[in-house]
Amino acid sequence: MMRLAAPIRALAQRFTFLGLVAVSAGLMVLGKAEVPLIERLRMAVTDAFVPVMDALSRPAATVADIGERISRLIDVNAENARLREENARLLYWQAVARKLDADNQSLRNLLRFAPDPEKSFISARIVADAGGSFLRSVLINAGSANGVAKGQTAVSGDGLVGRVGEVGIRAARILLLTDLNSQVPVLLEDSRERAVLVGDNSDRPRLMFLPVTVKPQVGERVVTSGHGGVFPPGLPVGIVAAVGEGPPRVKPYVEFHRLDHVQIIDYGLNGMLPVGAPPPARRSGR
Amino acid sequence: MKTLALQRFDVAIRRATPFMLTLFVVLLKFVPLPVPDYGLIAPDFVLMAVFYWTVHRADLMRPAVVFVVGLLDDILSGVPLGLSALTLLLVHWTIVSQHRAFRSRSFAIIWCGFALIAVGVQVLVTVLALVIGGAPVQPIVFAAKLAITVGLYPALAWVMGCAQRAFLVEA
Repeated sequence: MMRLAAPIRALAQRFTFLGLVAVSAGLMVLGKAEVPLIERLRMAVTDAFVPVMDALSRPAATVADIGERISRLIDVNAENARLREENARLLYWQAVARKLDADNQSLRNLLRFAPDPEKSFISARIVADAGGSFLRSVLINAGSANGVAKGQTAVSGDGLVGRVGEVGIRAARILLLTDLNSQVPVLLEDSRERAVLVGDNSDRPRLMFLPVTVKPQVGERVVTSGHGGVFPPGLPVGIVAAVGEGPPRVKPYVEFHRLDHVQIIDYGLNGMLPVGAPPPARRSGR
Repeated sequence: MKTLALQRFDVAIRRATPFMLTLFVVLLKFVPLPVPDYGLIAPDFVLMAVFYWTVHRADLMRPAVVFVVGLLDDILSGVPLGLSALTLLLVHWTIVSQHRAFRSRSFAIIWCGFALIAVGVQVLVTVLALVIGGAPVQPIVFAAKLAITVGLYPALAWVMGCAQRAFLVEA
């Protein structure tokens, strides 16, 4: 009995190993086909682990916060002078904005302008930095239970962060605008030329589909154009950082490694992301 | 009778130490740190943990355990499912098939073995990232991640060694 058991056990172990290798390879193929069941499974497991990751990320955030405070204390004088100057400039812009707002309001009344749909937002904490060779994404501790839905826009105080890629009940994955799959329709603020900001996993996404005649200036502001219906127009994205050989590169306003909270904004845009079932085919008129 | 059940429970918990610690390491990998591009160069703690336990206690780091750990890593990091699972299973197989080379050798030799395996894993992941994700990896990122992973192995091995001495003394 014992003599038989050992070879059988060895055989079983070998089969387990080969079986697991086959399952792993099969999962990679299935994942490529974007089976909805796999996405649901993924988010269910993420949901289960998000409270633990949330707890683990807090001490790290505290240490980072202390470091940031110390570094701020060191250059507090220079920062103060810079802020005073900036404040003076902003006060001027505030006066301009107030005047324009009043003008805008009266002109809208004149035109009976249909206002943009109401937007609502949710603030969430980043609990995991799930970046790597494959993608640039973060996990946040808010999900469908908090009103987060696929395709919504993620912003921080500095500008556009990305969009919601996957949603669980208590967690969601934000695809950053530096991700390989991120494509944001943008506008060069000075020349008003349209382009698409395409991520390539580096921290300087590329400006693609810009007309050949257009030469963007280094330092020119890049904002979302609102085309395609994924992002609302006018959100600050970044500044042109490098022009030369190859497509121009943009430095995002958001410093992703310093980010600890994001706002998820629902602009009521579904955009190009598939939401639920495809629309029914048009019936022939009867 | 009651003592026997308790003893069994105690043994089961102790034998689960490698699995639990490796699971913890998977979660630790995702802690956001204020380092630019941390996601790209983050040390591969999961590889270190799987390597350590396969070398020192392959009886407790079975292929099924390696698979579960790899799958969880894939799910949380958002990479194609099965990628880490497959890579870690291959690592496990390599170590088990070369167990004579690792048995009771000095730490320096085991560390060299880890460096070789880390290079192999990094090359495999880079090729897969290019083929499956279409994402090219810059040479500097490749080198930095490898150097950090290999450089931090002694630290993780020390922590795991402490846990091994504390919970798995009978080995």
